[in-house]
Amino acid sequence: MNTDIYSESPVVHEPAFIDGHSVEIPILKILKQDGSIYKNAAMPNIDQELATKTYKTLAFHRVLDERMVAAQRQGRISFYMAALGEEAASVGGAAGLKDQDMIMAQYREQGALMFRGFSLENFMNQMFSNEKDLGKGRQMPIHYGSRELNYMTISSPLGTQIPQAAGYAYGQKMQGLDAVTICYFGEGAASEGDFHAGLNMAAVHQAPVIFFCRNNGYAISTPSEEQYVGNGIASRGVGYGMKTIRIDGNDILAVIAAVQLSREYAIKEGKPVLIEAMSYRLGAHSTSDDPSGYRTREEEAKWQEHDPILRMKNWMLAQGWWDEAQETALFEKLRDEVLAAVKVAEKIAKPPVEDLITDVYDQVPPLLQSQFDELKVHIKKYPQAYPFTAGRIK
Amino acid sequence: MAQMNLLQAINSALDTVMAENDRAVCFGEDVGHFGGVFRATSGLQEKYGKSRCFNTPLVEQGVIGFANGLAAQGSTAIAEIQFADYIFPAFDQIVNESAKFRYRSGNEFNVGKLTIRTPYGGGIAGGLYHSQSPEAYFAHTPGLKVVVPRNPYQAKGLLLASIRDDNPVIFFEPKRLYRASVGEVPAEDYELPLGKAEVVQKGSDITLLAWGAQVEIVEKAAALAAADGISCEIIDLRTILPWDIETVANSVTKTGRFVVSQEAPLTAGFASEIAATIQQECFLHLEAPIARVCGMDTPYPLALEKEYAADHLKIYEAIKNSMTY
Ligand SMILES: Cc1ncc(C[n+]2csc(CCOP(=O)(O)OP(=O)(O)O)c2C)c(N)n1
Ligand SMILES: [Mg+2]
Repeated sequence: MNTDIYSESPVVHEPAFIDGHSVEIPILKILKQDGSIYKNAAMPNIDQELATKTYKTLAFHRVLDERMVAAQRQGRISFYMAALGEEAASVGGAAGLKDQDMIMAQYREQGALMFRGFSLENFMNQMFSNEKDLGKGRQMPIHYGSRELNYMTISSPLGTQIPQAAGYAYGQKMQGLDAVTICYFGEGAASEGDFHAGLNMAAVHQAPVIFFCRNNGYAISTPSEEQYVGNGIASRGVGYGMKTIRIDGNDILAVIAAVQLSREYAIKEGKPVLIEAMSYRLGAHSTSDDPSGYRTREEEAKWQEHDPILRMKNWMLAQGWWDEAQETALFEKLRDEVLAAVKVAEKIAKPPVEDLITDVYDQVPPLLQSQFDELKVHIKKYPQAYPFTAGRIK
Repeated sequence: MAQMNLLQAINSALDTVMAENDRAVCFGEDVGHFGGVFRATSGLQEKYGKSRCFNTPLVEQGVIGFANGLAAQGSTAIAEIQFADYIFPAFDQIVNESAKFRYRSGNEFNVGKLTIRTPYGGGIAGGLYHSQSPEAYFAHTPGLKVVVPRNPYQAKGLLLASIRDDNPVIFFEPKRLYRASVGEVPAEDYELPLGKAEVVQKGSDITLLAWGAQVEIVEKAAALAAADGISCEIIDLRTILPWDIETVANSVTKTGRFVVSQEAPLTAGFASEIAATIQQECFLHLEAPIARVCGMDTPYPLALEKEYAADHLKIYEAIKNSMTY
């Protein structure tokens, strides 16, 4: 390859630097904010059924986020991360895939899991770290995962899922499955070494993975201008020799179209794709964050006008697939359901003390077992100090 | 003297250094305008400008690699890693580069002007990735110094000494105490020595050793033991590497009993290194086996954090066991 570049590059005899911004990258837009479609726009493959499911998932996402941010303020859960204003990226991503495709997310992509049908109870049990949580109450709220729904359990260290997605997709391809892996990450996480390692591994080894960057303008307080000076994240896909597309991340139809086409390409060619979805994190980074310390209300207000959910609603109304009465009824029902689910989940017991030592390995090693035996004796001696487990020690 | 919490004490130390040394630079993720997610670098960008206090891209290996280069060039590099749990992408830069810069070059080059600050430790409902105490990984690396303060006064004095020390230092900040620990801190410049432990409570029956946020837990256990008439000598190790064997050995020689406690898991933790050395130094004076009270050999959990932790009751039990051995 290097020799090809040596012998096949056009030759110049005066130094010719290529400008760092010389690659021009267009942005795909299909749906306007008022619900109309851009002239000559190429529509994704979407019928009323898929559209309705997608819209209902967006609505559920909005309501769950609203309620859980409030629940955190009331001290009912310890932590939460909303995806306000960028829900189309995760929901649209899942809508453009098949259920057998693997989703490896960062943390702000609960919408994809909602689309797959993770139950409200499962969301709640995870956030309340109770004994019914699939993750056994071990991780902070919003670190969901489900083998059944092909959604890899979230890991807090940023970027780690990116090279893993390359390996996962390589395995899918080797096995001859009709399945790809989608890998979500923020424009901040794209600075991590793992991003560069992952894209290059996928490109060189031809793994059918869809790298999906949610470029929402911020990594906690750091604006994207202080994150990179190149042409966004998309330009890097080109650098790794990968098919790349930039889209309007608040345009659900653009998201679905890009993911559908990427999936088709990844399966047919067995190669990776990079999608960069431009959006904005309208809410705080997490419930531990207050954006007023680093950005203006005017900036936020500007992005309020690009609400992806309202945009899809406008389209649904225009299609005649949705009406205001349905809208009111749906949101009312969702709010009631979420409130009721909170009340149930917070009453479910914490995980049993045995969950402390399982899954470190496939089997508990002897030293850990003896530490655990000592712990049980200790808890029985001081039951008042360990109220969640003392009553249940066998 | 002013009352400061641990964060304010850190901020005061950084301010002191940046004011006196215009080649001192503070950087890391969200460290600039925002002042860090815990606000330890609050106000520094306003005061010293964007070229001396800034946000970096989100890449720990970049932060520390950059810091190594900057320090090698002779500037004072003070890098922040947002959480100690996220220091591992920079492990290579720290273990293979920071620690070995001087040795491999015959001291043609060194990164003595590097300091890495990072919040560590549990007890804040942070689960696996906002709770770890990774000091032992770094203690296994000759060439590094590893420092952990227990309160605001210690934090300022030890951080100033760490920054000015001519070796790369990892400074672990007990984040559980960032706002919870408040005390008198001089506004002026002062240093506390590296490599020196401190006896924080004199006692005669048993020696208790800890560092960082765990010192407070050990003090609580000692108070329970005191009610039983047991006199505990409490030592704060302060510097993990190189550690003060003499102060600890002298105490154990006197008391004949020794409990060492750390937040991190038991196996291969720094408490194990201490136990081995003290056993060798004080063998003929020991009246009971050395006890290590540590986190369990599991990742740091969330819902069962209380059960997992080396709390004061577990330390108290270890004290009683040692006394009645
Ligand atoms: C390796 C690592 N470093 C730092 C952090 C702390 N951290 C959590 S989220 C975040 C910002 C991520 O920004 P981005 O990737 O843009 O995603 P967004 O939050 O905007 O969705 C940081 C710095 C982490 N979780 N992991
Ligand atoms: Mg972002």
